[in-house]
Amino acid sequence: MNAPPAFSKQALASALRAILPAECLVEDKESQRPFECDGLSLYRELPLLVALPETVEQVQAIMQCCHRLQVPVVARGSGTGLCAGAMPHPEGVLLGLSKLNAIMEIDPQARTARVQPGVTNLSISEAVAPHGLYYGPDPSSQIACSIGGNVAENSGGVHCLKYGLTVHNLLSVEMITAQGERVELGSSGLDSPGYDLMALVTGSEGLLGVVTAVTVKLLPLPEVARVVMAGFDSVRAAGDAVGAVIAAGIIPAGLEMMDALAVQAAEDFAHAGYPRDAQAVLLCELDGTEQEVDQHIAAVERIFTEGGATTLRVSASDAERALLWKGRKSAFPAVGRMSPDYYCMDGTIPRSQVSHVLEEISRLSTKYQLRCANVFHAGDGNLHPLIMFDGGCAEQVARAEQFGAEILELSVAVGGCITGEHGVGLEKLAQMESQFSIAELHQFEDIKHAFDPALTLNPGKGIPILKRCQEYRALPRKHQHG
Amino acid sequence: MADLLAHLQAHVREAAANASPVAIRAGNTKSHLVGRYCHARPLDVGDHRGVIDYQPDELVISARAGTPLPELESVLAEHNQVLPFEPPRYGGRATLGGTLACNLSGPARPWLGSVRDAVLGVQLINGEAQVLNVGGKVMKNVAGYDVSRLQAGALGTLGVITQIHLKVLPRAQATQTLAYEMTASQALETMCSRAREPRPLTGACWVNNRLFLRLAGAASAVRHTASQWGGEQLDDEIWSQLREMSHPFFAGKAPLWRLSTAPNAPHCEGVEQCIDWGGAQRWLRGEARSLDLPRGAHLSLFAGGDRDTEVRGALDPVQQRLQQRLKKSFDPAGIFNPGRLYSWM
Repeated sequence: MNAPPAFSKQALASALRAILPAECLVEDKESQRPFECDGLSLYRELPLLVALPETVEQVQAIMQCCHRLQVPVVARGSGTGLCAGAMPHPEGVLLGLSKLNAIMEIDPQARTARVQPGVTNLSISEAVAPHGLYYGPDPSSQIACSIGGNVAENSGGVHCLKYGLTVHNLLSVEMITAQGERVELGSSGLDSPGYDLMALVTGSEGLLGVVTAVTVKLLPLPEVARVVMAGFDSVRAAGDAVGAVIAAGIIPAGLEMMDALAVQAAEDFAHAGYPRDAQAVLLCELDGTEQEVDQHIAAVERIFTEGGATTLRVSASDAERALLWKGRKSAFPAVGRMSPDYYCMDGTIPRSQVSHVLEEISRLSTKYQLRCANVFHAGDGNLHPLIMFDGGCAEQVARAEQFGAEILELSVAVGGCITGEHGVGLEKLAQMESQFSIAELHQFEDIKHAFDPALTLNPGKGIPILKRCQEYRALPRKHQHG
Repeated sequence: MADLLAHLQAHVREAAANASPVAIRAGNTKSHLVGRYCHARPLDVGDHRGVIDYQPDELVISARAGTPLPELESVLAEHNQVLPFEPPRYGGRATLGGTLACNLSGPARPWLGSVRDAVLGVQLINGEAQVLNVGGKVMKNVAGYDVSRLQAGALGTLGVITQIHLKVLPRAQATQTLAYEMTASQALETMCSRAREPRPLTGACWVNNRLFLRLAGAASAVRHTASQWGGEQLDDEIWSQLREMSHPFFAGKAPLWRLSTAPNAPHCEGVEQCIDWGGAQRWLRGEARSLDLPRGAHLSLFAGGDRDTEVRGALDPVQQRLQQRLKKSFDPAGIFNPGRLYSWM
């Protein structure tokens, strides 16, 4: 297996030409350029070939061809991922699934929809809205990100605490195996015979198979949703207020925190009316029936006031609710305006640790001489520090990466994990060893072998390459920074 | 309250060295349910018990696998929290580990999720006697493969579960049961229509020509919805009868089958039935193998009948190969609960 590839690019291209129409195969470097990275552009690589199949049969034929030739395959949806999980393999095929974008079936009585992997997250909710339904998980990139990518990363969003992650909102997935077989995991019911392979495949970052169809569960659109915005003069007070909401038996639909720098950036960008002098701002959304939301809004207002809120505002209309959320949802681009580049981290921490972790991040910010704004899915403990740097300066890039690595290690040290929703990809491979023991990593490797004995599916991502697995074809160690 | 991890690890090491299979058990409430009989030497996990950590305002509890469910539930009740998946306690001896291994969840499952949905992380002894900690104690964790959820329904064939971290929820402020006389087909139609409404529905079952709906949540929402939906207002007894299988429907020796299906699949006539999970789980008594089943549905023999043959449907060859290889990746010597899930596993 360590021998040079047994195929040439020309042989591969001619095999794929027999499967795909000419316009579905991208062979020249310049046309391949848009596929060189996902949303984490620090890591770039060009593949041998880009294949853009239009049917599941073509996907299957490509997989069979790559299996025969032992060619690495990296699946890609919309390319909005943030861990370089969809970065191409230099000796492999980049399998773009964006042309598989049909909503195949909506069953309102069963509250399900069957869709192809390239369908965007938001378009599912839009298509089922006439039936009074929607799809729960809503990553910030939902306008662009694809459901296939959501399955690969087990994506979350701001509504996870109440409505769960992708894995909680699927009924079945159709997958093409590494050997090119077509298999359905899950079923039309809530249980399936044998092992829950669908749960295992969800979040597996394209290492176990290529998803070609997804049946999602749908939820009834809530009658009403309102948001409470509150400013606090310390992160600790805001964190305690979050704990008090949960302790009162209320599960908000969304519960978000922003620190002072994020608040200022978001306010400059969106003019949502956030208090610029606050050290932390909370957004707490309640949804349900009118009676329930009225009852919970009153309770949350009381809790925030007693918790020392310096500002308090409740949305009186859907337009005002949208405005209050606009700031939070545009926090990433808002921070992007403050700096040539930013690096988004994704650790999850026990909520009680938030003030400690933010103090540590502030100390690291001084140490690395880089600013960092923090947005926090406070309901579920998922923290997104946004480290600001200049990508044109190699030395700053290195500092930003070290800063990020320390934040992830800190997340693990306080009882959390290195990634809540963005995935490991290529980016967090080094930190896997701070979260998992060698025995645990070996078990992951054995699972990989069970599904992909030749190790051709997205090799070099998700789980670190251990010595035990000599034949694992490693990626080049150096990546271009850009 | 004891930590027997080292002891259990030593047992597994010895079993692996001697290729001597073990039947994992704790409360021993489910050895005649869910899966096939496993005739191997028992490995008792029941004394490895106790709540290890509980953070009410994080909504997370951690306990050893042998912890009986009532013990866990009484700790949660002190903070007005519950196990949202309503697992059967089977007389109070059912344990957390067994509940996860069998993936047993009660009537709220379509709305509040299953134990598979609630599990955040597990500690597991694999077939090489290594102690693995996978997942975590936080709500969101996508590092590594989801080995925790994989244990749900694996019937202990991938390893000895020793510790579990779970998401819990606040107890609903108010509940109300509503009942209506109607046929099974009318009930299925009503269940699916009601489930499309944005109301605090957390239970929908049909038995003896009666449809039961449960509302649970904020008192104001429950009251308002109950007044709109009408029906006879009852106490909540039917739901614990379903959860514990103490309802007269479950009495007697006739084989009990479980049909997992789309909730709106048509009613299959010709066999005594109880419908739960808003139509997605249907309990059948007697001989069900010959029934004409809905497309995509799965039938399994939950209790009674011949438990030395297969109790669930065959897998397609690709799935079977993947499952066998996965089993081997955890348990190369095949020592954990042989034959419990399938005769070939």
